[in-house]
Amino acid sequence: MKHKAHTVLETRGLSMHFGGVHAVDRVDFSLRENELRCLIGPNGAGKSTFFKCLTGQLNPTAGDVVIRDIHVTGREPHEVAGLGVGIKTQVPNVFDGLTAEENIWTAARRWHKAPRAQTLTSQIIERLRLGDIRSTLVGNMAHGQRQWVELGMVIVAEPWLVLLDEPTAGMTHEETARTSELIKEINQSATIIVVEHDMQFVRSISQHVTLFHEGAIMMEGTMDEISSDPRAREIYLGSQA
Amino acid sequence: MRELREMKATWIIAALGVLFTFAAPSILELFTIITLAQVIGLAILALSLALVWGFGGILCFGQTAFFGVGAYAYVIAAVNFGGSTWAVLIAVLVAAAFAAILGYFVFYGRVSDVYLAVITLTVTLILFSLIRRTSGPEYKVGNALLGGFNGASAPPLNYPWDVSAFMFPEQVFYVAMIALILVYIFCSWLVRTHFGRVCVAIRENEDRAELLAYDTRLYKLGIFTIGAAIAGLGGIFFCIGVSRVTPDVFSLSQSALTIIWVIVGGRGTLIGPILATFALYYLTSTLGSQSVLNTNLVLGTILIIFVLGVPKGVVPAVSDWIQSRRGRKALRARERRLQRRRPSGGQNVGSTEGAE
Repeated sequence: MKHKAHTVLETRGLSMHFGGVHAVDRVDFSLRENELRCLIGPNGAGKSTFFKCLTGQLNPTAGDVVIRDIHVTGREPHEVAGLGVGIKTQVPNVFDGLTAEENIWTAARRWHKAPRAQTLTSQIIERLRLGDIRSTLVGNMAHGQRQWVELGMVIVAEPWLVLLDEPTAGMTHEETARTSELIKEINQSATIIVVEHDMQFVRSISQHVTLFHEGAIMMEGTMDEISSDPRAREIYLGSQA
Repeated sequence: MRELREMKATWIIAALGVLFTFAAPSILELFTIITLAQVIGLAILALSLALVWGFGGILCFGQTAFFGVGAYAYVIAAVNFGGSTWAVLIAVLVAAAFAAILGYFVFYGRVSDVYLAVITLTVTLILFSLIRRTSGPEYKVGNALLGGFNGASAPPLNYPWDVSAFMFPEQVFYVAMIALILVYIFCSWLVRTHFGRVCVAIRENEDRAELLAYDTRLYKLGIFTIGAAIAGLGGIFFCIGVSRVTPDVFSLSQSALTIIWVIVGGRGTLIGPILATFALYYLTSTLGSQSVLNTNLVLGTILIIFVLGVPKGVVPAVSDWIQSRRGRKALRARERRLQRRRPSGGQNVGSTEGAE
């Protein structure tokens, strides 16, 4: 199947400079359909900046982002999301003053009429086991629960491309395991990019990993290939690998 | 479930409003009725800010700009057309168009919240200075003199398409009250629609709304423009109630008062700011007739008390209190039922509960 799949996301010479800091420097990246790709790298490697250039939250200094043959460089985030891209940012980014149900409904209603949005919302709440807290204000929830609500908002829109920035940050072991199951499930129907710190988590979900270092892609390969590379070990994995 | 209950509250409040409308002329003196027309205009202004700030999350410090533009547009149009029918419509549209143009630059330019407050206030004060300088016969639009510092007299309302049939103060009161009630119902409905919910979502987290593929600029511009149209309508009733329009509609104190009404009444409610307008207007006019306390001092004190003590405003605080009482009552009822089920241990349970 893999050799047939075509490229759905591509960056060419993507650069993001903040003054003299080259947070992302001439990155050529491509992603094939139905891939589940993890972006890893030490703090400050440029993963999150790269991520924000993909989502339109940052306007890159140079280079191009192409999603399904559409140039999205410099477009607004809502235009990128409007292509059917589901985005979860690093910090839980939710509507604190609304309930879990209202949060997810707002995401669903963007794409569907009211009755269908309601049905989808209920399905997602059940799937994510949020039933007990569906009427709780998200602002009053624990960190992990807020992450789940946000994941719910992403998947209820049935995106074909999912961009997740540290989806397991602040989650317990059990929650992390469930998230990894969920991501594999989403991967059945969608292409996914995950920016992640947690190596165990990356190992549990990923087929293909991209290692960032100093704003550039240092290497790509399977987790095993990367962890056996001496340079990669040195800059990042250290004793963890 | 919650939405149903909320909409029920809207209908009850609207029904009470209708009751008040028809009872008022037989209870209150004519002078009060005449004054009420202008207070209703101010209440509509407060309602517009309740929508824009409380639900849209846009702190528009210069909501009175649209209020004043509505009032002046009404006067100019009514003088030129010799009737109020089209003037009312034109005034609302002019206020909305003014907001749409201003809002386009502000929202599409991604001006942040604090600067938006500053810009809207500045626009109001610019209008204040401009209009004050328009005394003299050369400053006129069509046949309507702007009148500078003294303002211009506002033509009364007439029955639609019947220029000779002017409305009496009582009738103006009816029309204003009905307008207030209808706008209130409209706003209650609006915040429950998809559009309204997205606006609330943007208030809560604009980034998230954008990442859900909503064009937040468009939604903010939308609610800002609707709010301005409502403020313009308020301006019409205000100037008819006072039977004059003066540059004071654009004054700093009027802008600040509008914010105070919303803070005192409660952000995130629609009825709160309306009630706060009536209450604080009554308070200031009562205080105005004595000379012991300075009115502004009292208003300032009230604002400080509310910001520190009741930051959510009266209506949310009261409804929270009722809900917590209801919750406690339900809890006590459950405990009593439990006691009855276990008569032997009842005494004990009762005493520990008492200790709590």
